[in-house]
Amino acid sequence: MTVLTDVVVAARAPWSGVVPAGGTLQIIDLEGNQAVDCLFYLASDPTERYSAPETLVWQGSVYLTTGSVLRSDTGRPLLTVIGDEVGRHDTLGGACSKESNTLRYGHHTRHQHACVENFLAEGARWGLGKRDLVSNINWYMNVPVEASGALGIVDGISAPGLSVTLRAHEDVLTLISNCPQVNNPCNGFDPTPVRLVIVAP
Amino acid sequence: MSDSTTAVPTSATATPDGARAHARAQAGTVVEHMPTLPASAYATTPHGVPGSALVWAERVAGGGYTHRVVRRGTTIRLTDLSGDACAHLLLLRAGQPWERINVADTVKVQWNAYLGVGQLLLSDQGRVLATILTDTAGRHDTLCGTSSRLRNEHRYGSGWPGGPSPAGRELFVLAAAKHGLGPADLPPSISFFKGVRVEPDTGDLTWTGAAPAPSHVELRAELDLVVLIVNTAHPVDPRPDWSCTTLEVLAWPGEPTAIDQWPATASPEAARAFANNDEDLSARGRGPSGTAS
Repeated sequence: MTVLTDVVVAARAPWSGVVPAGGTLQIIDLEGNQAVDCLFYLASDPTERYSAPETLVWQGSVYLTTGSVLRSDTGRPLLTVIGDEVGRHDTLGGACSKESNTLRYGHHTRHQHACVENFLAEGARWGLGKRDLVSNINWYMNVPVEASGALGIVDGISAPGLSVTLRAHEDVLTLISNCPQVNNPCNGFDPTPVRLVIVAP
Repeated sequence: MSDSTTAVPTSATATPDGARAHARAQAGTVVEHMPTLPASAYATTPHGVPGSALVWAERVAGGGYTHRVVRRGTTIRLTDLSGDACAHLLLLRAGQPWERINVADTVKVQWNAYLGVGQLLLSDQGRVLATILTDTAGRHDTLCGTSSRLRNEHRYGSGWPGGPSPAGRELFVLAAAKHGLGPADLPPSISFFKGVRVEPDTGDLTWTGAAPAPSHVELRAELDLVVLIVNTAHPVDPRPDWSCTTLEVLAWPGEPTAIDQWPATASPEAARAFANNDEDLSARGRGPSGTAS
């Protein structure tokens, strides 16, 4: 087993890197209830990217867990969830942004750090820009949908040390924002570090 | 003179003159699926809307697409004429298409996954692109996007845009290209006239199908928009054969929602979204919502 990457992503920070085809990415929630916003791109052609709708339609469910195949907007499988110690992860809530924070909480949050800032800054290192950002995965984030359609980010169901593990089907460029949000329970109102481990095929 | 120079043309379109006459003889042909120009000549208009006001009147076949740029304040009415249309919609801001509909923000900010009257279609910049004014169908979807070529090949044997079961994304790529936009400009879309619900405990997607025809929705553009519309089968339509029928698109001009009008007054989140619209327009020297621009 060759460990290619083993890093701790600081609270509120971004990270990016390529998971090689056949390799695995493990995301470890070190202190519990930390939302990890995540986008995937085909490394050989980043105009092809993770698609929440494609992923939902093929699996027939809005939550991700072991067995979920994460698909691109052409339907291509990018990664499969091969291990999940939490039970379900969010596909609907998207990333927090300075702009949407003004709607959700008020204009006093306009200058707070946000996941879209992390995605833009980290994506720029790979030539990606705003057009390349789409609805992302939120590992560990708990977003129930009630019968009325009522939906919200509520208290988490993760715990310290729990992890999710993915196997890549292609060389996959991965953008991560270790969510800095402090206005809702997605991080228990206290952003914390997470650990990433990438293992070669 | 040789025989070869006196040969009689073998068909009416063997010469440019003949081909021109043949082409011009087609003028005035009316088919079921086509735009009406001018739109004011469209045969039927919604109750209360003077036909002369229409700026867009078109019938889109199942498997077809259409697109326009509309001014803010324009009402766009989508009608499922015979009960099996599925209107997939993307909205991008005219002149700055990197600002576009954000489905995640739309459902998250409004605390609801389902589309209905009074809901806002939000951009990624915290602004209102459009409001839903009217809805007689109640069967819509924010979760499943549109169909991909791979999935339609898997389901129906074909997904190419000229085939019998066109994939929605392939059609969106074509519509976007007409505005200088490419695949990167296509975020997850929403759709009207086919319903999907989430089972609360499992998260499983449940198909609720179509409402009785005809049904319609009306959207009001709250900013100048590039409107991309694709009419093709919903990606989780459980029927084994691809099926999609005529979508009617009508539009007429009007005033955008003012900040003291419903639905800007419907929730604190909506009020702030309209305030963000007004802030942006005011800085550009354009009037805020509800005033002349």
